[in-house]
Amino acid sequence: MRQEVAGLSKAAGAGRLRRPRWRRLVARVLNYALLLAIFAFAVFPFLWTLAIAITDKTVVGGTSIYAFPQSLFPKALTLGNFLEVVEKLNLGKYFLNSVVITGLTVLGTLLVSALAAYPLARMSFPGRNLIFGAVVSTLVLPTEIAFIVNVLTLRDLGLLGTYLGVVLPTVATAFGIFLMRQAYLAIPSTLMEAARIDGATEAQILWRVMVPLSLPSLTALGIFTLVGTWNAYFWPSVALLTNDDLLPMSVAILKLKGQFNYDSFNVAAGAMIMMIPVLVVFLLAQRFFMRGTEGAVKG
Amino acid sequence: MHVKRRALTTALIAYAFLAPALVLMGLFTFYPVIYGAFLGFTDYTIADLAAKEPPRWVGFANFAQVLGDPLFQTGVWNSLKYLLVVPVLQVAALAVAVLVNQKLPLMGLFRTSYYVPVVTSIALAAVMWDWIFQKDGFLNWSLRLLHLINWEGRFSWLLNEHTALWAIMLVTFWRGFGYYMVLYLAGLQSIPAELEEAAVLDGAGAWQRFWRITVPLMKPTLLLCSLLSTIAAIRVLEEIIVFTGGSGGPLNSTYTALLYVYNKSWGNMLDANFGVAGAAGLLIALVGFALSYLNFYLTREERGGRA
Repeated sequence: MRQEVAGLSKAAGAGRLRRPRWRRLVARVLNYALLLAIFAFAVFPFLWTLAIAITDKTVVGGTSIYAFPQSLFPKALTLGNFLEVVEKLNLGKYFLNSVVITGLTVLGTLLVSALAAYPLARMSFPGRNLIFGAVVSTLVLPTEIAFIVNVLTLRDLGLLGTYLGVVLPTVATAFGIFLMRQAYLAIPSTLMEAARIDGATEAQILWRVMVPLSLPSLTALGIFTLVGTWNAYFWPSVALLTNDDLLPMSVAILKLKGQFNYDSFNVAAGAMIMMIPVLVVFLLAQRFFMRGTEGAVKG
Repeated sequence: MHVKRRALTTALIAYAFLAPALVLMGLFTFYPVIYGAFLGFTDYTIADLAAKEPPRWVGFANFAQVLGDPLFQTGVWNSLKYLLVVPVLQVAALAVAVLVNQKLPLMGLFRTSYYVPVVTSIALAAVMWDWIFQKDGFLNWSLRLLHLINWEGRFSWLLNEHTALWAIMLVTFWRGFGYYMVLYLAGLQSIPAELEEAAVLDGAGAWQRFWRITVPLMKPTLLLCSLLSTIAAIRVLEEIIVFTGGSGGPLNSTYTALLYVYNKSWGNMLDANFGVAGAAGLLIALVGFALSYLNFYLTREERGGRA
């Protein structure tokens, strides 16, 4: 076999299998050069922001973020910017808002999706196909006009400018319901039948059989929702138009940066405070992301 | 009778489980789309809202007004320009996927790091990239190091009407390539290794293999990703808000179609006209549908032609 291959590639003139050692080495070096260049493009903004965040701005000569290359390699380090952004700019309040909004959204999404997916997956009742079709149709509806009316609705309900007003419109998603439906469909029906014979109600089957057996999907849904909500900018900025006190960090940080004479070092520290939790979650749960499951949720 | 009753009970339980989702979707997804579409045919301003006046039916007047508004035309043009990010993003993401699909040491680290921009908030991206694009920012400094710009004539990339939209598109690219890379990786792993090997034996170089084997075999994934990316590009809004504060400046050079909807409603509350905003939103949705369809149609044609 080997000989045959060698003969073929000789005839072809250029084959990977017969490539001399130095050419393989060059190829490998080029590969890594490219990989590193893309790496730099992907992470440079974070590294620079981190460098700014830990720069001691009180040191003589080190007070501009545009003084290159010192700005990239700060000489004097400090954590003072982190304290300052919490004390002077009240970042702690916005951090807490982000935690509350994200927590409520994750809980709401899990609850609504886990409940709604069960009848769609495992019960037969009139209207099931219609409802499933309606859920699917939300993927193609022109949702770009929905926010206009949603603010009006929240205003009528007295929810504009509240945590609930931000959270409620985002928790019932086709993605969440699909994901849970798929998980339930994979559970053998013998388990459900056994539970029914034992006299379990539908609620008990859902809670004792379906939910425990679909924990991986629930986890994935929870993590995608967490990252998506923590990072969301547009909807919270609209839903909290009338109440700056409840703004999540994503909206607040741009407000801080938009202020005249803002302190870049503090803003960079704030950016890091916002980024770190999401980065930790992502690194711990990266297998969920690298599988490409959330394909349906992002545009 | 007994069977009927059991069926009824089952239906009741099913609807009880579905109730939260149905109520929330009905109230915050279906109702706003239907009522928003209705508003597109009415005159309904922020003053009407404050005075508790109902919307007044005006037929297609809003559509005529929107289509004749130079600002909306500029917005549509810029949104169409924004579509240029799609082919670049898709080809690059596929190429990166091929690159990280190799079995080399440290590959997991590279894949993970390429995905970090995807899980970064657009707000943070705006904070960081704004510093890079500043007049004295990192981009100009590194271009000077490479002797690529005249330092005296340097400008802020976001404040120049010829570069601002491209600068924002670069950030869309930055936040997107890792996302599509993952989708392409899944597709690549389904290509049989024998095909690659056969091509190598036939003397095909890496470049040829990429265009002749990888790209044709990845057509379904390419179609899906291009579609997702096209829809996202035509709906670009958040990027513009965070980079320009919602102004679409400089000189409206980053004013996109959906920014028009935003600024005619809650973006600029003082002279909000929900009728005009609704009409513009409907027009954009229509263009979005048309583009998705076109994308689908073209890609399928090409596939049929090659097969």
